[in-house]
Amino acid sequence: MKISAEEIKKIALLSRLEIKEDQIDSTGKQLNDILSYMDLISQVDITDVQPTAHAVSMRNVMRDDVPRPSLPNDKALQNAPEPENGYFKVPKVIQD
Amino acid sequence: MEPLTIHGLHDKLVKGELSAVELTKKFLAHKDAVEPRIQAFLSDNRQFALEAAAAVDKKISAGENIADLAGIPGAIKDNICIKGQQATCASKMLEHFKSPYNAAIIDKLMAADYVSLGKTNMDEFAMGSSTENSAFQITHNPWHADYVPGGSSGGSAAAVAANECVWALGSDTGGSIRQPAAYCGVVGIKPTYGLVSRYGLIAFASSLDQIGSFTHDVEDCAIVLNTITGHDVKDSTSIPQEPKDYKKSLVNDVMGMKIGIPKEFFGEGLDEACRKSLEEAMETYKQLGAEIVSVSMPHIKYGIAAYYIIAPAEASSNLARYDGVGFGLRVEGKDIVDMYQKTRSQGFGPEVRRRILLGTYVLSSGYYDAYYLRAMKVRTLIKQDYDEALKQCDILLTPTAPDTAFKIGQNDDNPLAMYLGDVCTVTLNLAGLPGISIPCGYKNGLPVGMQLIGKALDEETLLRAAYTFEQHRTDLRRPSPMGEVEL
Repeated sequence: MKISAEEIKKIALLSRLEIKEDQIDSTGKQLNDILSYMDLISQVDITDVQPTAHAVSMRNVMRDDVPRPSLPNDKALQNAPEPENGYFKVPKVIQD
Repeated sequence: MEPLTIHGLHDKLVKGELSAVELTKKFLAHKDAVEPRIQAFLSDNRQFALEAAAAVDKKISAGENIADLAGIPGAIKDNICIKGQQATCASKMLEHFKSPYNAAIIDKLMAADYVSLGKTNMDEFAMGSSTENSAFQITHNPWHADYVPGGSSGGSAAAVAANECVWALGSDTGGSIRQPAAYCGVVGIKPTYGLVSRYGLIAFASSLDQIGSFTHDVEDCAIVLNTITGHDVKDSTSIPQEPKDYKKSLVNDVMGMKIGIPKEFFGEGLDEACRKSLEEAMETYKQLGAEIVSVSMPHIKYGIAAYYIIAPAEASSNLARYDGVGFGLRVEGKDIVDMYQKTRSQGFGPEVRRRILLGTYVLSSGYYDAYYLRAMKVRTLIKQDYDEALKQCDILLTPTAPDTAFKIGQNDDNPLAMYLGDVCTVTLNLAGLPGISIPCGYKNGLPVGMQLIGKALDEETLLRAAYTFEQHRTDLRRPSPMGEVEL
């Protein structure tokens, strides 16, 4: 197995996804199948090969810093699950 | 009887043979009749469509010029933002989301007086190859209801093939326009990365995503390209270049064109009936004076592995924004981390969750070098293979997919099998190159697609080759399985 139950739990937490105990086996099997296939690229000779992050090489794309209208507050909040007084409300983060 | 096209209908509108409102009503009636069988649409936009059509009629009666696309009914994939309308990405996460702004291409379409009948179904967040990953409905292939339309832009492809609209927009991250175009027997183009602005396209994998179109023929493809391409300052990966008139590429001549056949695309995984259709297509080109040359691209076989590392890696980062705070679903939890986890687990479907896990894994400490960094280096080698092949040739000819459409449910619980079907399309996205899929045959009543691949920003040669093929292979034209719209 390329990925253990412990690793799946860790990755799920990093991804902010819940993983129930009864899903670990099936999820693990699918990820293992996929990752085993990915091993194909370990055969490739990548000596002195530079990585490509973007197919079109454009660097430092600049534009003039001109003020433009931005999304008004009410529009920015229109899809928020819990807006309050013009803000996004989140569950309490800092403990008492 | 042939399908109604943008160019054919534009002439009728301009000559006053019918009004845009009448045209829209005819299509709405046909759509209402066939949509229960196809299930291509996630929203119904008829009020806006009829208003937009009436505005076109007003322009025509005032003697004003109208754009080629003006008043012709179309459809938009539901991951493209239109102000005030839903953009669900076929996900429960965005089920109630209404976009506060327009995608850059929607502004361009509005300037051309576009008419859209609605937003189309897709695999959730464009992740999938069959549109079965939609959280809301299964779309059926118009040629056979038991088969998938392909994906992820399956709703758009099926809508055009079923004559529910004349044109549709999709997005293509690893084949999501070309493969459904092949499965549904229509023309689908993925332009060069950077040719069409991604501003307002909900992100899946930002270095691979590109918007393109579905149409009945290559002339219509050129018309939609003319409308949606162009530099956009709001997308920093948009390529600055002067607008082109792609209609000028509709030249019925391939004399002397060098067409490369990369042997790696014609290996044992290719269905024999599809191979035969593709060989007939090569023969057609040869008879028309094109030169068919064999080329080799040794790194193509690593394409699926590299793609399914890079795309989920980018997706895991892009989809971090769905946190139950700014927009979209929120499921309450006992603390903020619990809220994030519940929201994301209930909002995302299984395939999206799988890709987020996979992407997070290949980017995580200890695995980054072996998977993500290595995949980016393999991407360089694949790009070099294309550069070499396209130095020797004007375009490349390959299958769009190893086989025709598969049955609904065939790849359930086997995500790897689904991924492997993308073998012909993903490497183009890794290299950023343009590709077009056009019909080249039929197998048991299901369409076979041929993919033509061009040099970066040379959509002209692609369109010319596709147009010439289409003009000569009139034997491939078949009546739509859902019937034509009668005017």
